Amino acid sequence: MNLDFLTPYGFWNPILWLLVIFVTLLIAYLLWLRGNPKYKKGTDQTQPFLSGYAPESKEAMMVSASNIYWGFTSSLKGYYDFLRKMHTGDVRDYLGWYVGIMAIMLLAYILWGGA
Amino acid sequence: MMWDTLVQHSPALIIAIPLLAAFATPLISKVSVRARNIWVILALALTEIFVVILLYQVYNFGTQVYVFGANPYDLTVPVDSRGIPIRIIFVVDAMSIFMAFTAATVALAGAIYSVSCEAEQTGQDKYYSLLLLMTVGMLGMMLTGDLFNFFVFLEINSLASAALVAYRVDRGVAVEAAFKYAIISSLGGLMVLFAIGILYGQYDALNMAMVAYRMQATGFGNLDKIAMALFTVTLAMKAGAIPMHFWVPDGYGKAPGAISAMLVTASQASLYGLFRVNFTVFGLAANTYTLGWFLIILGVLSMFVGVTMALIQHDIKRLMAYHAISQTGYMLLGVGVGLATLGTAAFSQYGFAAMEGGIFHIINHAMYKGLLFLTAGAIIYRVGTSDLDKMGGLGHSMKYTMIFFMIGALAIAGIPPFNGFASKLLIYESVYQFNPILSILAMIVSILTLASFVKVFHSAFMGPKKHDVKEVPVPMLIGMGILTFFIILFGLFPNIAMQYLVAPAASALSDPVGYITRVLGGVVP
Repeated sequence: MNLDFLTPYGFWNPILWLLVIFVTLLIAYLLWLRGNPKYKKGTDQTQPFLSGYAPESKEAMMVSASNIYWGFTSSLKGYYDFLRKMHTGDVRDYLGWYVGIMAIMLLAYILWGGA
Repeated sequence: MMWDTLVQHSPALIIAIPLLAAFATPLISKVSVRARNIWVILALALTEIFVVILLYQVYNFGTQVYVFGANPYDLTVPVDSRGIPIRIIFVVDAMSIFMAFTAATVALAGAIYSVSCEAEQTGQDKYYSLLLLMTVGMLGMMLTGDLFNFFVFLEINSLASAALVAYRVDRGVAVEAAFKYAIISSLGGLMVLFAIGILYGQYDALNMAMVAYRMQATGFGNLDKIAMALFTVTLAMKAGAIPMHFWVPDGYGKAPGAISAMLVTASQASLYGLFRVNFTVFGLAANTYTLGWFLIILGVLSMFVGVTMALIQHDIKRLMAYHAISQTGYMLLGVGVGLATLGTAAFSQYGFAAMEGGIFHIINHAMYKGLLFLTAGAIIYRVGTSDLDKMGGLGHSMKYTMIFFMIGALAIAGIPPFNGFASKLLIYESVYQFNPILSILAMIVSILTLASFVKVFHSAFMGPKKHDVKEVPVPMLIGMGILTFFIILFGLFPNIAMQYLVAPAASALSDPVGYITRVLGGVVP
């Protein structure tokens, strides 16, 4: 069976891709083996360095889901304000959008809908 | 002989088995819970087997026609019917059976998953009856060649789905979500019935092939335009296209995990109806360029608004529901490009490939989004909350669920070698030739999808342990495993899906003349 998945511009072969990934991981593993094995676990050598300050507990460092993309959503505040206003939770608004889109489609077909 | 009879009647059996099982389920529940669970799973497994048999028949022998009450079973136009196909006819072409295979697989996985996930809930006899009726509704919508019959199955699907959304009650919140879904579905069903009435009044027929034949002969009038708008906009709303998507996060978010997965295929049944009606019934007479662009615009809006809304959610089910909307956008985009280029030289250059991409994405989406909803259900089953802010560290104790989630998340983000990559690659490359901006937008949406699922992975599975929980029971893992199998299979060997499922489906959908000829035969009314 031909494993090449043909696309408009060429082809895609997942098995070949997996082989490349496997070789890359193997090289990475070999490089890792050449690292320094003499570090001491549980000492400052394995702690993150934060300008000399002691790191906080793992619980305190966990960023909550609501805050993860804070920068992204803040920079698009206007866009998100519009979307939030759109999502009222009121079923009458749901039906209003449905009727509106129906009107737009009918208008589009009256203007450009000839066979 | 017996085998031949079963094969001949397989289109009817695919509906009859889950329908009979649905009504018998409450009775078997009285005998024992274990017997009831086995009964439901056996019924859905048998349905899946008949779907696969029919898939084999369609692949090898072309479109299958089944006329209820006729002798022989494929007599579409009786001699005394004045050339009109009067009976209910199932027309199973490659597109129909492709959809049926998708829906039956997810339903089977969902039922197995439910055995453990819903074990502590009350009213399970009703739950399984409704689950089977929902399956009947979906499969009926996909197999029928009759417009009124399509409406009947749409209603069965909608009513069963709404009742299942309300199943957990959840202090009334789930009931409110179901109520909204029921209102939207009722109005949508009414509009579809209105459109069918318009077509019946004009063409004196309910059979899709007959209506298409007569519409082409008489020309595309203003009433046809109204009927087409009613069908297109209503079914787009039922599929969850933006800006008519508002019921989706409510409904998907509050339904039990397995039902959320099945709601994906229920929405896809409406998407199938949208494609079927626009290609087969209106495709020969209407201006498909305008119609194609309408679907493309809905698709792009759904992709972008869906994913950006998902990014700000912290309820795992609502987040995934917005992604379901976003992924529906890819299907609308791919098939919309096919529709916009239908009948032109561009169709063979890239339009057909775009359609293949959109259709391939349907089955891929059903598998990975189904899996993701099942993983979300597994998390909620153990943790008791759907709020990502209250989760964390589940990777320590729910390792299999985490692996399933990772596979689903990578697949939806279009990361190779999972199935989402193959269909998205087809869409990117073919849509780029139609309009590069649309293709670039689709790629940006994939990046944002990955970002969103990184957030879920980080919040639910990474970090210190917040909950002392254990892995979910085996039936839930089996349900997730079935869908994972197809994600990996279609990811590593996309040619299998392309050769046996997708390419025949795209060919069948884009060939309304072949459909009409198969149903009406040599009879010219």
